[in-house]
Formats: sequence, C-alpha cells, structure tokens
Amino acid sequence: MNFELTDERRMLSDSLRRYLADTASFEAAAKATEGETGFDATLWEGIAEMGVMGALLPEDAGGFGGAGFDLTTVFEEIGRAGAVTPLIESGVLAAGLLAELDPEGQAERIESAIGGRVLGFAHAEPGARYDLSHVAATAEASGEGWRLSGRKTVVGFASAAEAFVVTARTSGEAADAEGISVFLVPAGTEGLSLRDYPLNGGGRAGELVLENVTLAASALIGPEGAAHEALETVHARATCALSAEALGLMETIRGLTVDYLQGRKQFGKPIGKFQALQHRMADVLIEIEQARSAVINLAGHLEADRVTRERHVSATKNLIGRAGRLVVEESIQMHGGIGMTEEYALGHFAKRLTMVDHRFGDSDFHLERFIRLSAA
Amino acid sequence: MDLAYTDEQKAFRDEVRSFLAEKLPKRLSDKVAGGKRLTKADYEEWHAILNDKGWLGVTWPKEHGGTGWDAVERHIFEMETTAARAPRIVPFGINMLGPVLMKFGSEAQKAHYLPRILDGTDWWCQGYSEPGAGSDLASIKTTAERDGDHYIVNGQKTWTTLGQHADKIFCLVRTSKEGKPQEGISFLLIDMETPGVEVRPIVLIDGEAEVNEVWFDNVRVPAENLVGEENKGWTYAKYLLTHERTNIAGVGFATAALEELKRIAGREMSGGLPLSQNALFAAKIAQVEIDLMAMATTNLRTVAAAAAGQAPGAESSMLKIKGTVIRQEINALTRQAVGPYAMPFVSEALEEGSNVEPVGPDYAMPATQSYFNNRKLSIYGGSNEVQRQIISKAILEL
Ligand SMILES: Cc1cc2nc3c(=O)[nH]c(=O)nc-3n(C[C@H](O)[C@H](O)[C@H](O)COP(=O)(O)OP(=O)(O)OC[C@H]3O[C@@H](n4cnc5c(N)ncnc54)[C@H](O)[C@@H]3O)c2cc1C
Repeated sequence: MNFELTDERRMLSDSLRRYLADTASFEAAAKATEGETGFDATLWEGIAEMGVMGALLPEDAGGFGGAGFDLTTVFEEIGRAGAVTPLIESGVLAAGLLAELDPEGQAERIESAIGGRVLGFAHAEPGARYDLSHVAATAEASGEGWRLSGRKTVVGFASAAEAFVVTARTSGEAADAEGISVFLVPAGTEGLSLRDYPLNGGGRAGELVLENVTLAASALIGPEGAAHEALETVHARATCALSAEALGLMETIRGLTVDYLQGRKQFGKPIGKFQALQHRMADVLIEIEQARSAVINLAGHLEADRVTRERHVSATKNLIGRAGRLVVEESIQMHGGIGMTEEYALGHFAKRLTMVDHRFGDSDFHLERFIRLSAA
Repeated sequence: MDLAYTDEQKAFRDEVRSFLAEKLPKRLSDKVAGGKRLTKADYEEWHAILNDKGWLGVTWPKEHGGTGWDAVERHIFEMETTAARAPRIVPFGINMLGPVLMKFGSEAQKAHYLPRILDGTDWWCQGYSEPGAGSDLASIKTTAERDGDHYIVNGQKTWTTLGQHADKIFCLVRTSKEGKPQEGISFLLIDMETPGVEVRPIVLIDGEAEVNEVWFDNVRVPAENLVGEENKGWTYAKYLLTHERTNIAGVGFATAALEELKRIAGREMSGGLPLSQNALFAAKIAQVEIDLMAMATTNLRTVAAAAAGQAPGAESSMLKIKGTVIRQEINALTRQAVGPYAMPFVSEALEEGSNVEPVGPDYAMPATQSYFNNRKLSIYGGSNEVQRQIISKAILEL
C-alpha cells in the first residue's frame, strides 16, 4: 500500500493548483455563467495548454494518463478552485467515449478535444432521471446513413460544443441496455436545435432537440447497438472525477469556514471558541476525510472487474452525496447570514457541491444500486 | 384531553375556508404555489383583503383592530391560509412592531402607527442586526445622539428583510456607552425617507435580493419616535423577539411544503415507478411527516399553555429548532426529488406572466431555490445554536 502521489501527478497537481489560484475565481465563474459558453475562455485555454485534458485520457487515445488517480489529481484541484470548465463533459465523457469505442478512427477528434475544442455529451434525456440505459432518442438507417430524432436534456456547455457525442437507440425499448448506439453530430447540423441556460453553481447547459437529423454512415461510432458497456465505463470515470471535484470543493469550504470561525467575533470572542461549533466542525472534518477515502477507493478500483468497479462507483457517490450535504449545510449555518450571500465565495462552492448530488445519480440512487450490486 | 375541534371551531374553520375560496385571488395563490416572485403590490393586495375582513391583525387584541383569536383559532387560520397557498402576512408590522407598541408605546404612537400597519400606509422593516452584531445583538454600534428635540442617527444595519419596500424601520440604537451593553440601547422608529438613509440590496444564494444593508448618515429623527424609555430598548427588543417566534414553528408552511413534496414525488419517475413508491424515498417522506405530526401538537400545546395574548417563553426556542429542521428537511427532499432539474437556473421564469419556459417540470426550479433560501430559517430570528443555548439555560438550568 502506498498513499503517495507519483512525482508526475504531484507536479501536475502543484502546477494546476498554482495556475487555478491565479486564474479561477468565483466572481469570474459567475460572470462566465451569464456569458455565452458558461466558462471562462482564458481559464480554459490555459488548462488546455497545460495538457490537463491529456491527463484524463490513456495513451492509446492520444493522452498520457487516464488512470483513476490521474482523474482525482486533476479534479480535486478543479474543485478546490471552484473552477467551472467543460472538462468532465468534453474530456472524460465525450472524448472518453470516443476513445472507448474507436480510438483510432476518432483520433483526430480526440486530439482536438485534448487541444481544447469542446465536445458536447448528449446522452441524458427527459424522464431518464439517473438511469444510464434510458435512451428514447432513435436512430434509423436511412439511405446510406442515419436519421436521428429525440431530446437530450441538461447537456453541459452545449452552446460551446463544436460537435455532440449523441446516444440514440437503434433497437429495443427505452430502458434496455442493449440497442444503444453512439453518433457524432456536428453542431449546426440541420434538424438540431438548442435552448441553453445557466446552471445553479455556475456553467451553462442546454436542451437539445434532434428532429430528423440526417447523418452519414460514418457518424456511427463503434458497434451498432452495443454502447452500454462503454457508457458505463466512462460514467464510472466521470463519477470518479466529479467525486474528486466534490472533495476539492469540500476542502475549500472547510478552509473558508475555519477561517471564519477564527475571525468572526461575537460575545467578545471568536465564534470558533464556542464548543457547540467546535464539535460540529470536527464532524465536518471527519466526513471530509471519509469523502477523501471514498474518492481514493473509487480511483483505485476503476480498472477492476465490472461489479467491483461499479460497487465502488455507487459507494463513493453515495458517501459524497451525504458528506456534501452535511458540509454545505453546516458551513452555511456556521457562517450565519454571510453564508447566505451571493457576494461571498462560500455560496458558489456550496451550490456547486449541492449540485454534485444531481449528476450521475444521487445518494439514494447509488445506495439502492450498491445493494443490488452487492447482492449480485 | 380532546384533540377534536369543537363545533364552534369547526364552524370557524369553514368560515375561513369559504372566505379564502371567495376572496383569495387565484392570481396570488397561483404565484405562491408556483414559487413565483411576489411583488410589494402582491403583499399589499393580500393585506388589504385580510384587513377588509378584520383578519390582518391575527395576533392582535380586538381593541386595536385585531382578531382577538385564541391559539386554536390562530392555528386554524394558519393551516387554512397556507393550505390555500395565500401569501404570508409580512411580519414586521403585524407580528413584531405591533405588539411592542401595544405594550410599550405611548398613546400617541399607538393611535398613530397601529392603524397605519393595518391599512397598509406603512411598510415596516426590522433594523436589529448589524455587521458586527448578529447573535450578539447587544453589541450594536449604530448610535443615536440627542440634539434638542431630535436624535442624530449614525451607523449601519444589515440583513434588513424587504427593506427595499419599506417606508419605515424600527431600530435598535445605542444611546449610551455606560454600563452593560444591554443598558445603553433604545428602540427608535425611523422614516426611511429621511435624508441620510440609504438602502443597498444584498443578493442571496438563491439569486434573490431579499435583504438589504441600511446606512444612516446623520439622520435626524424626531425624539417623539423613541418607543418607551431611553436605554430600555433591550427589554422591548426581547419582547419583540418572543413575538417574532410565536409562529416560528411554521407548521402551516411545513404542511403545505410537505403536500407539494408528495405531489412532486408522485410525478417524478424513478426506475419505472413514481418516486413516491420508491421505498427509500417514501420512507424519508414518511419520516418527516411523522415528525411534523408530533410537531403540530407540540406547537399547539406550547401556544395553548401560554397565557392568552402572550407569547410562549423559552419553549418557543424548541418550536423554532424543530420547526426549522423539519422545513429544511422537506426542502432538501423536494430538491432531491426533482433530480437533474435541480441544476437549471432560469431566473426570468420566476416572474409573473413571464413567457420564459422553465427547464424540466415547472416545480423544479422553485424547489431548488427554496432549499437554498430556507437555509436562512435556522440562522435568523435567533440562530438554532442560540436557541439551544436558551433551552439549556432557561429550561434545563444548566
Ligand atoms: C435571510 C435573512 C434575513 C434576515 N432578516 C433580518 C431582518 O429583517 N432584520 C434584522 O435585524 N436581522 C435580520 N437577519 C439577521 C439575523 O437575525 C442574523 O443573521 C442572526 O442573528 C445571526 O447573526 P449573524 O448572521 O451575524 O451570525 P453570527 O452571530 O456571527 O453567527 C455565526 C454562527 O455562530 C453561531 N454562534 C454565535 N454565537 C454563538 C454561541 N454563543 N454559541 C454557539 N454558537 C454561536 C451562530 O449560531 C452561527 O452559526 C436576517 C438574516 C438572514 C440570513
């Protein structure tokens, strides 16, 4: 056993932390959320230049990392800074799925995503909630190619995407694992329409409607109707990334709260001297350390057999959801009124952390899933 | 012991119901139910409707134009109005200042201000908290110095709820630096139109400008606006706080929020079933409902035990803690229920008559915003930590 990061990862972590400390801020994130893409272009270019995206992908896909601890190294820093970027959507999910299904054929796309061009990940649908296999959008063979129709929901950073990795059903019923195929749909393709909007906690997303979108045969990525396994794999990785991001968010919230407990005086002394708050902050610390271990557990099992890996996905996401709620609610409470304001950093971090439980399955979803996987 | 309503109480409940059916504008109840932004005019409209009926001064005695209702009647009224999704009664004039003036105000102040609270001439806000004085309220620094027949007020208040709508603010001000901090505080009524008063909005984490900073720069206030005696303001302030907490349990709000949660859980599908039939989620709803059922009775017991017209004492701290914890849990479950649609934040959709469509179901965004907004419940009106402190001292004598 060894809980140290390798030298390479430590260097990446350090330089990313320095860069984000200089470049990312909750004010800039809020401003970008009101902008067109939902993220800060300068920040994003810098991240791309540092080669961060390459760290998320394995060598055979043109990256130089892709292991669980590469993901957690990057995303813990992203969370710590409260940075809002399309790294998960474009890097881990969209490029990641292309890399799973057809690394050679899609080498150019992946390469350009590594360079910072944004790929949208259009999988979730209205009514799917957190069910990965719920795909009602359809793809029918049409002439030489394909015709896609359906709706995709809360597609992250959709207005910035130069192309979308879209799931659609080529056979079966809406909830079947079998029959899901993946297509690449360039933005602006006829029949594609987008309504985009800001998100709680920063960033933007969009509702994507596909109405008889006609594609060439080459738009199909990987085998027809058999994308579920790859989808599950990239979602395991995305959950690992998001959980590490949540951990980073928690660390910053902890720092803000401890500083506040030390600095804020009421009744003639720092409020951190009140035992009622000391004990609660101690509990927050314990839960953050539990969250850290849960993230390590998942990162360390991303390459394991499917059931082992997925048990860890669900265990980690369940714990992160519970710890996240505690950290958010306690930190706001211990700040008093100031914790409720938009102009103080805590709000941004607290909202981002709250939203973690609304992506890739909430704590209850993963509790039930953990029970099922454990019984299997 | 009899938990059933008497015939008179049932008749009263029916009267409230038919009043609401007839007089509560659908436009307003739709806004409340839909989590839309309420304007100043909306609150004023509802206040006027209640006042026409003589039902605005819910906690007031008849001699001052109030209802004179007992605890059970007030409970019935609260449950019926919240169930009908009426706007809340803005508490600052009715529940806070009113009782203080009735007990400590001069005859002239009572005659002047109380009718204006009821008829809507004055919208009051509460100027207690300051940047440096939250839980430790006695440490307020805003000063009022006597200058002939005026006070000159300097300083800053903060977290002033709906101060942007207010005509007047009741303030705790420092009139003496001698002795204990509590002994140099006075209770002063200030017209917000006076030169030197400035209001700046504070945006909260739900994106709404609900509270404000209020600055006083050499504001001249007529000495007759002092309530009671100089340097006795702390007594009045505490009296007000117990009244502020009379309805603190929020049983009506919680019940309405629980109904909304159940409605949403019945519509959100999870794994092919409505969330309301998901064992885990159903258990959580049931848990908070069980707590609420007991809480409603704790509330009635406590309120009934207090002498007629009086606010309960330290027991109200119990109601505050349990009541807010229950409401916050319902808010958290509702946020959880809406799944991925907790994420979109389309502020314009909260505006009445907006043609901006919500993303996902229309109940999703209000659910998330209420979750964030209602974190305030355990912070204001004396934080839950401060309430625990009160219980351990005043009830447990620890
Ligand atoms: C949305 C909102 C609306 C408000 N509206 C109004 C209004 O209209 N008018 C008005 O005057 N005020 C208003 N307030 C202010 C509110 O009353 C204060 O926020 C509250 O009193 C807490 O003070 P504070 O924010 O300064 O926090 P602090 O007092 O600094 O407290 C910070 C933390 O320390 C804890 N703490 C403090 N002392 C102790 C102790 N002795 N033991 C253990 N824990 C302790 C608190 O519980 C809290 O968790 C509002 C606040 C909010 C959030």
